[in-house]
Amino acid sequence: MDMPARAATGREALVSRLKALLPVGSVLDTEEAQRPYECDGLTLFRQLPLATVLPSTEAELVATIQACREAGVPVVPRGAGTGLSGGATPHPEGVLLSTAKMSRILDIDPVARTARVQPGVRNLAISEAAARHGLYYAPDPSSQIACSIGGNVAENSGGVHCLKYGLTVHNVLRVRAVTSDGDVLEFGGGALDSPGLDLLAVLVGSEGMLAVTTEVTVKLIPRPQLARCIMASFADVGVAGDAVARLIADGIIPAGLEMMDQPATRMVEPFANAGYDLDAAAILLCEADGTPEEVEEEIARMSEVLREAGATSLRVSASEAERMRFWAGRKNAFPAAGRVSPDYYCMDGTIPRRRLGEMLRAIQQMEVKYDMRCPNVFHAGDGNLHPLILFDANDPSSLARAEAFGADILELCVALGGTVTGEHGVGIEKINQMCVQFPAEAREQFFGVKRAFDPHGLLNPGKCIPTLHRCAEYGRMKVHGGAVPHPGLERF
Amino acid sequence: MVDDLIAQVQAAAGTGGRLRIRGSGSKDWYGEPWQASDALPVLDTRAHAGIVDYDPSELVVTARCGTPLAELEATLAASGQMLACEPPRFGPGATVGGCVSAGLSGPRRASAGSVRDFVLGARLVNGRGQHMAFGGQVIKNVAGYDVSRLLAGSLGILGLITEVSLKVVPVPVAEATLRFDGLEQATALERLNRWAGQPLPLSASAWADGTLHVRLSGAEAAVRAARSALGGELLPDADASSFWAALREQSAPFFAGDEPLWRMSVPSIAPPLALAGQGLGGELLEWGGALRWTRSTLPADALREAARAAGGHATLFRAADTLSGRFTPLDPALLHIHQRLKAEFDPAGVFNPGRLYPGL
Repeated sequence: MDMPARAATGREALVSRLKALLPVGSVLDTEEAQRPYECDGLTLFRQLPLATVLPSTEAELVATIQACREAGVPVVPRGAGTGLSGGATPHPEGVLLSTAKMSRILDIDPVARTARVQPGVRNLAISEAAARHGLYYAPDPSSQIACSIGGNVAENSGGVHCLKYGLTVHNVLRVRAVTSDGDVLEFGGGALDSPGLDLLAVLVGSEGMLAVTTEVTVKLIPRPQLARCIMASFADVGVAGDAVARLIADGIIPAGLEMMDQPATRMVEPFANAGYDLDAAAILLCEADGTPEEVEEEIARMSEVLREAGATSLRVSASEAERMRFWAGRKNAFPAAGRVSPDYYCMDGTIPRRRLGEMLRAIQQMEVKYDMRCPNVFHAGDGNLHPLILFDANDPSSLARAEAFGADILELCVALGGTVTGEHGVGIEKINQMCVQFPAEAREQFFGVKRAFDPHGLLNPGKCIPTLHRCAEYGRMKVHGGAVPHPGLERF
Repeated sequence: MVDDLIAQVQAAAGTGGRLRIRGSGSKDWYGEPWQASDALPVLDTRAHAGIVDYDPSELVVTARCGTPLAELEATLAASGQMLACEPPRFGPGATVGGCVSAGLSGPRRASAGSVRDFVLGARLVNGRGQHMAFGGQVIKNVAGYDVSRLLAGSLGILGLITEVSLKVVPVPVAEATLRFDGLEQATALERLNRWAGQPLPLSASAWADGTLHVRLSGAEAAVRAARSALGGELLPDADASSFWAALREQSAPFFAGDEPLWRMSVPSIAPPLALAGQGLGGELLEWGGALRWTRSTLPADALREAARAAGGHATLFRAADTLSGRFTPLDPALLHIHQRLKAEFDPAGVFNPGRLYPGL
């Protein structure tokens, strides 16, 4: 897609206009003030924007977008900046639009079971505010303590409980958003459906490229009375994978179903004291929730299936504290990786679960090929893998190998019938792999969707969908180079 | 077989032709009536049929557009699984493609989700005759825009769906239907909303003529506990399954006759719908109060206003005449996005012209 042409007015003119439009302190244009915004959770890519704008109201956000459109300056929306794919990496000639100041919970309706919130509200804050009504917001990405609901909408975030409770797209009823035309639109609503095409479905997960969210209404659901978690140990990763298939085929949908291999449990345990079985080749965390009677019945069924499937030992959480410890280990896998290695690169492919054994064997071979370690955590219930490639960004050879290792994993996900991203988004990180997953005609159709919402090409240009040119370049590099030095860099 | 369909699309696109996508025709009456376009050549999807891939342990089924819904559901049932959105068929030959294009969900929708919630991927022939895959066969997938979910309920205006992948779920271990008599609508709504805020295994509800039916689905223990918590009269299993089937397929007496059937989609907490203090007509409520069927001869504008005032929208679902204006008109900026999407997917306007809105 063509970048909007920079108008001759230039950077200073836009910055002064924005400063006139917004309250003092809402427009940052010094290098020092903008440093915190130079990257999101994908710290490999850093870029200072032209200016950083923090509107406090929808009207200020609309004014910002209109000013940028008139100046022909791209806008990159940013939530809490926890995204792992560079979706909020600034554009060098664009405005970074942070929703951090729009962080109010507007309304919790316990009877309708909904929460209406501004985009900068943290995911966990919604559940905390709803707790006194016995309700919560189900999607729980590992970063839920920090990530914002606006970012969750942009990325269609998942979490460890989405096999049973769904992704963001299943739990958002309404999004109010501003298009690059400056129109404030309502997608979805208070009813269970809306007239016309289901634009809400395509807006969720669109990585801030179609419209900028100013308000979200989410569904709240009753907090289960009880949850208990089984930690099952396996002597072989493949056997653990088969156990997952047996559970599902037996008609069990656990509230959470996670796998960690031995390198991952050993990496996490000293950090989280989760009580994991460090001798097991893999562990499964398998959770049941509901009424006490229901949980008892499900834990018994799950335990039986896991034992028959070859679990070497089972431990059922005896208390809420122990259950939280089991999950704390899993949810802290990424920080733990940061503790044992200078840097880590978290992958996010999804594969049909039956191909898990093949995938893990291939990753073991890649560890040898690239001479790097790669512990695996895995949303086993839905086939979403998070291999964590450990590397040292200060060593250029290590970085290059990590990126090539990652690209190999993602391309194998596509070859096995899966996808390059299950929940982290494409951003700039996986943009080259989109060339592998989608042929030119489909990518052009994606650009058509982009044009239908954002005919000016103003919002987050250059993310998520690669141009024909870029894919051609990537194809040539793959042919000539093998390991690609910096796949995220524009090369034209 | 799919090449044949693509060839028809390409031929139409090249000659300014238009096509009416059709499976068995079970939902011919739904959407904007075929008026001038009644004579359009039909793109018959039924020959492109069959289940492409189904592995129960993956919780995903992939089927071609012409696959009969009955065949798909029978295959799932044989492995103890189902489509959780309980899509109505409205005819014996209903196809998978028609199910997704119409995007209509059944009694379980309020608790389990809609057709679009279960769409994981789709293959589409656009108006240029290009055959493309969106989404995939895995439950979590955020690569590219979610075009496959956009197709659910699109009534074929963006292209021909040739194949879909749907998430499936296990059939609940236990199920029970409870009946409560002598409940005013407002009382029923109050109860339904209160129960929905509690951890109860509710899977469907229906209120009409002072009688509320509630279905519970889940683990044996959960259903047993909820039964004793809610009270009511337990329906025999055979009566329960025929009751919900008649609701799903709209073969219940409420749906008989020629009076226009309006589908009022509103927040579940909306009070009973009324105009100037008067009820709208005969009513049947589903989805915990969020879906309210109304038999009414009141003017469309009045019914639309009643739904809008309650925070929802009204669809003229079935009507004997060929009146246009079935769906609530769109806000101009949203309509603009619809028009641009149509132009991007189907620039020559080959597919189902006017089926969703006149001019689209």
